[in-house]
Amino acid sequence: MKPAASRRGAAAARRRGLWIGFLLAPALLVMTLFVAWPLASAFRYAFYAFNGLAASHFIGLENFRAVLFEPPYSAWTLRALAHNAIVFVALMLVQNGLAYLIAFALLKALPGHRVHQVIVFLPVVLSAVIVGFLWKLFLHPLFGLVNQALMAVGLAAHPWLGDGNTALGSIIFTNAWHWMGFPALIFLAAMQRVPREVMEAARIDGATDRALLGAIIWPLVAPATTIIFTLTFIGSFNWFELPYVMAGLDGSPGGATDVLGLYFYRTAFGSTSAGLQDFGHGSALAVLMFIFLAVVSGLALRVLRRREIEL
Amino acid sequence: MKGEWLKNGAIQALLLLNGFVMLYPLFVMVISAFKSNAEIFTSPFALPAGFDLTNAARVWNETSFVLYLGNSVIVTTASVAAILVCATMAAYAIARYPFRLSGAVFLFFLSGLMVPLKLAVIPLFIQLDGLGLIDTRAGLVLVYVAMGLPSAVFILTGFLRTLPGELEEAARIEGASELRIMLSVMLPLARPAMVIAAIQNAVPIWNDFFFPLVFITSDRLKTLPQGLSVFMGEYNTDWGVLFAGLTLAALPIMLVYIALSRQFIAGLTQGAIK
Repeated sequence: MKPAASRRGAAAARRRGLWIGFLLAPALLVMTLFVAWPLASAFRYAFYAFNGLAASHFIGLENFRAVLFEPPYSAWTLRALAHNAIVFVALMLVQNGLAYLIAFALLKALPGHRVHQVIVFLPVVLSAVIVGFLWKLFLHPLFGLVNQALMAVGLAAHPWLGDGNTALGSIIFTNAWHWMGFPALIFLAAMQRVPREVMEAARIDGATDRALLGAIIWPLVAPATTIIFTLTFIGSFNWFELPYVMAGLDGSPGGATDVLGLYFYRTAFGSTSAGLQDFGHGSALAVLMFIFLAVVSGLALRVLRRREIEL
Repeated sequence: MKGEWLKNGAIQALLLLNGFVMLYPLFVMVISAFKSNAEIFTSPFALPAGFDLTNAARVWNETSFVLYLGNSVIVTTASVAAILVCATMAAYAIARYPFRLSGAVFLFFLSGLMVPLKLAVIPLFIQLDGLGLIDTRAGLVLVYVAMGLPSAVFILTGFLRTLPGELEEAARIEGASELRIMLSVMLPLARPAMVIAAIQNAVPIWNDFFFPLVFITSDRLKTLPQGLSVFMGEYNTDWGVLFAGLTLAALPIMLVYIALSRQFIAGLTQGAIK
């Protein structure tokens, strides 16, 4: 190549490099400043004592020791973790189990199935704040719709959110009402991808709907189940808005609805009951939650991926 | 055939029941907005006596509802616009130009998908505080842009990679600049993916409660979900007003959803369907 041409080539390459850099710069800058750096700092802060908003000095594993082993923090951490586990199992069974059945019913494409898809997804687009307050009013012990309906058919009224035995269940129910449409439409999309011939062949062999659901569709929608499992898991252990709106920052009554999200918020930003904000303990909790979520969902993905089959 | 009939009937009944459970609470919310307290307490299931807009008028005039609504519109619009611009630029570079670090850059964006940004709220708080952006709309918008970029870059890169190279080459031979090619030739074709990315981000940002709760303290800057929680506490005995507030807060997104339900469902389930 002649020297002039190669110089022109080098200039063009530099211009191209600048152009690519210009295209990437804004997104990379925001990602670095507001995702990568904060995340790295979260790990660092967990090893520091805090004085207000500023990290004061390195204290090793002290924050972790406090939230895991020092009463009363350790008891609060464990109680919140147990509640999150209950929420996850209940949502998997009730919300996602129901979603699976609804998806199968919609797969039949009976008249009105398209309208039903729109209806079932309607609560999903609403804010958890709206949904939480709406159901809090409905569950009101005296004037709520739920108790009014129960009394109208001769049953006893119950303080759903006021009784420690039913409060968590009531919020879980509200979550299921809010989100059920999401897994339902994901299952439906997966079921629609099961080849028609496979279903027809099973039917000709005399498979009932129940056999079809259990033996044919269930293994074939495994990728959807993997995703729903993972999203429900992460959602359950990050649960914050609904319990905050329906049970308050302290997880009333008496901590019966306290979950990690509320506990983390109280610890980090303070409340009337937990006292001053403590970024050190808060960071340790956040790091523990992050590691827990990453490890468990990573393991779950490996196990669940193994049962996914390709047709 | 008779068995099939019966079974379809049972399935249709299940769907009707489910539809009722999904819609009836929202229906009661709307009709209660037109009722007085006495009406709500004595006849909660009945239709309202009249089309009384007193409750809605009180929400509109006595509370900061309009202010909160305006803040939500500003924050959501600014965030989604910034996400689309930044993500499209980055995705275009990754998808259309081969360069040495392209794979690493894409992976950097993808890793953002795995991070629940809520757990990094303490460093984010310190970061925004250092930049003087606590209790500002700009601070909130920056956090939302960071939250939305990974999925938007993912969707747009995937889409832009599928566009044929011939169009680009033809424009290049005719002497069009790279900027011209991007803006006039390629991006108009990417509009469907941009709509999906916009909806996927707009809905969670519009509905978000956690980040405003942490970052916004001035009443005049509060977003709708956050303002609603203030208002629900202040009017806690005035049920007609509470239902009117919930109805008004739910109305904007419900109307847009009903008009664009197909795009909403596609946009929000996008990440979960292969």
